[in-house]
Amino acid sequence: MSAPSKPNSFRTGPDERGHFGNFGGRFVAETLMPLVLELEQAYAKAKADPAFQKEMDGYLKHYVGRPSPLYFAERLTEHLRHKTASGLMGAKIYFKREELNHTGAHKVNNVLGQIMVARRMGKKRIIAETGAGMHGVATATLCARFGLECIVYMGAVDVERQKPNVFRMKMLGAEVRPVQSGTKTLKDAMNEALRDWVTNVSDTFYCIGTVAGPHPYPMMVRDFQCIIGKETREQMQEAEGRLPDSLVACIGGGSNAMGLFHPFLDDPSVEIYGVEAAGHGLTHLHAASIAGGRPGVLHGNRTYLLMDDDGQIKDAHSISAGLDYPGIGPEHSWLHDMGRVKFLSATDDEAVDALQLCSRLEGIIPALEPAHALAKVIDLAPNKPKDHLMVINVSGRGDKDLDSVSQYLEGKR
Amino acid sequence: MTTRIERRFATLKAEGRAGLVTFTMSGDPDYETSLDILNALPKAGADLLEIGMPFTDPMADGPAIQASGLRALKAGQTLKKTLAMVREFRKGNDDTPIVLMGYYNPVYIYGVDRFLVDAKAAGVDGLIIVDLPPEEDNELCIPALKAGLNFIRLATPTTDDKRLPMVLTNTSGFVYYVSITGITGSATPDPNRVADAVARIKRHCTLPVAVGFGVKNAAQASSIGRHADAVVVGSALVDALRASLGPNDKATPGTIKAVTDLAAEIAAGVRSAKRVAAE
Repeated sequence: MSAPSKPNSFRTGPDERGHFGNFGGRFVAETLMPLVLELEQAYAKAKADPAFQKEMDGYLKHYVGRPSPLYFAERLTEHLRHKTASGLMGAKIYFKREELNHTGAHKVNNVLGQIMVARRMGKKRIIAETGAGMHGVATATLCARFGLECIVYMGAVDVERQKPNVFRMKMLGAEVRPVQSGTKTLKDAMNEALRDWVTNVSDTFYCIGTVAGPHPYPMMVRDFQCIIGKETREQMQEAEGRLPDSLVACIGGGSNAMGLFHPFLDDPSVEIYGVEAAGHGLTHLHAASIAGGRPGVLHGNRTYLLMDDDGQIKDAHSISAGLDYPGIGPEHSWLHDMGRVKFLSATDDEAVDALQLCSRLEGIIPALEPAHALAKVIDLAPNKPKDHLMVINVSGRGDKDLDSVSQYLEGKR
Repeated sequence: MTTRIERRFATLKAEGRAGLVTFTMSGDPDYETSLDILNALPKAGADLLEIGMPFTDPMADGPAIQASGLRALKAGQTLKKTLAMVREFRKGNDDTPIVLMGYYNPVYIYGVDRFLVDAKAAGVDGLIIVDLPPEEDNELCIPALKAGLNFIRLATPTTDDKRLPMVLTNTSGFVYYVSITGITGSATPDPNRVADAVARIKRHCTLPVAVGFGVKNAAQASSIGRHADAVVVGSALVDALRASLGPNDKATPGTIKAVTDLAAEIAAGVRSAKRVAAE
């Protein structure tokens, strides 16, 4: 088989059947197919309606608090420059501060969009899956705001390690259903949400939290998250008068990364790095589907997955519940195969170190998820010239992770 | 060339009765027991055997079949072993149709072309792959039809008249009508609505219609069997198997009988059904 040829643009996908090259698609049970098609039509209609975008813009500004700042991380930049031999190297690091959004992460950008679509479709019952709880909190928040019933599926293991977010969801009026099946983490929460959707087809809207699932979800979630990259372009233009030289973001399903990357995909001068969770290391338990997986079909799409030789899905592991998923969004898989995005990985240890360093140098406690991206910024930045502009998506804040991190540090002692 | 499935439905039609399709999970609770169950089911009254290919993430299945698949995987079941099991079964039975049911990923990883060759050679007659809607027909459906296997599609209450022709286009062998929206084993089908649905499907095709999802006992099977060409029973058999297991999910001397007794009881229900659909 010959290597796939490079397209003229990396930004035209997916095709009408939801494929990004060989990835994506609509691998769902027949019961769900009419719903997926209905959603595709409803989203296409909304997208073409200026009133929809106008309404979104209003809420993004006044409720979410956008635009989120693009912040020059001066002390982190200086710290990493000191580490270089000559002192002449070391990229200038900017943080895209998605952790300052209402609800504390980038997740709200997507949820707002999907809830707007759900309202247009007349759906009154919203279901969601969540790993770290940030997508669940964002969904619970917008359901509260618009008076919708909200049910969040969360793996029982994650319910345990992300207690503050469970409490937040309940406070917001959502019902949190702990999932006891399988590995009791994000993938099982997604299975359970799909089972709910298969059962409650007429009144329920499934609000997926990442750029995965059957078409149109990977495209729709990407579109809603692209505000991150669009703002970054404008803000960097304003700050430096040009495009950034590199982008770095963590990847579980990959929605924060896709949101940052997509508006830059056709700018060849911009290097793009996605950082997967290497857990205990790539030869041990991890959650790096590109580095350690191969293409397969799960949760409605074809994409890179962690699995055994029989095609059974393997358990993922990451200290970060938000990255603890054995798959990745299909568009990332395609961008990997095309060579447009370079995929790296960071271990639990590296992420926790980066989280501490960032907290002390910048007074910003990032979530464990973007701490993985930070860990690779720490590796990459010293090897770039001083005029290299590097943007990292600080996709969420670390409040939810304080228990996990303190337990982890106790265990290391 | 007709398949075992087509021949079996022709026989059922000639006998003027509905058939019983049993679902069991290959490798649950272990390879040997599950093969013994398969060998015993035709004698208990099963007309077609639907065999589950276990998968870690069965997104359309309820707790009973999820747990069944995980027991099988824990006992070491693989797709290769499932095909070996069919080969073994065929040594003693060349008539009873076998339909493999499962999810796409294990087949995809096995390799579609290799899988179709091996499945056909083993004596498999048809496939039901839950997460392959007609929109993805190029993946496995078209190659399977070319390889001489039936590709059986699920039609559901959400498959409306507009969509039904598309669903039926490449369907062969029979149509599997899922009588509820929901996961396997979760609710009881309403016979009147089933009758309407079967009639609706028959307006669009000449294929036999099997009805399943939620059939638990002889009485239900009988009332569904009045309207359908076959009744599928799955979760109830899987539940009976589970209830028979000893510590650590090991088979006990009663395991095979637990499954075949229930199958026989339900088969009697199906055979007692006064046919409406046949007229």
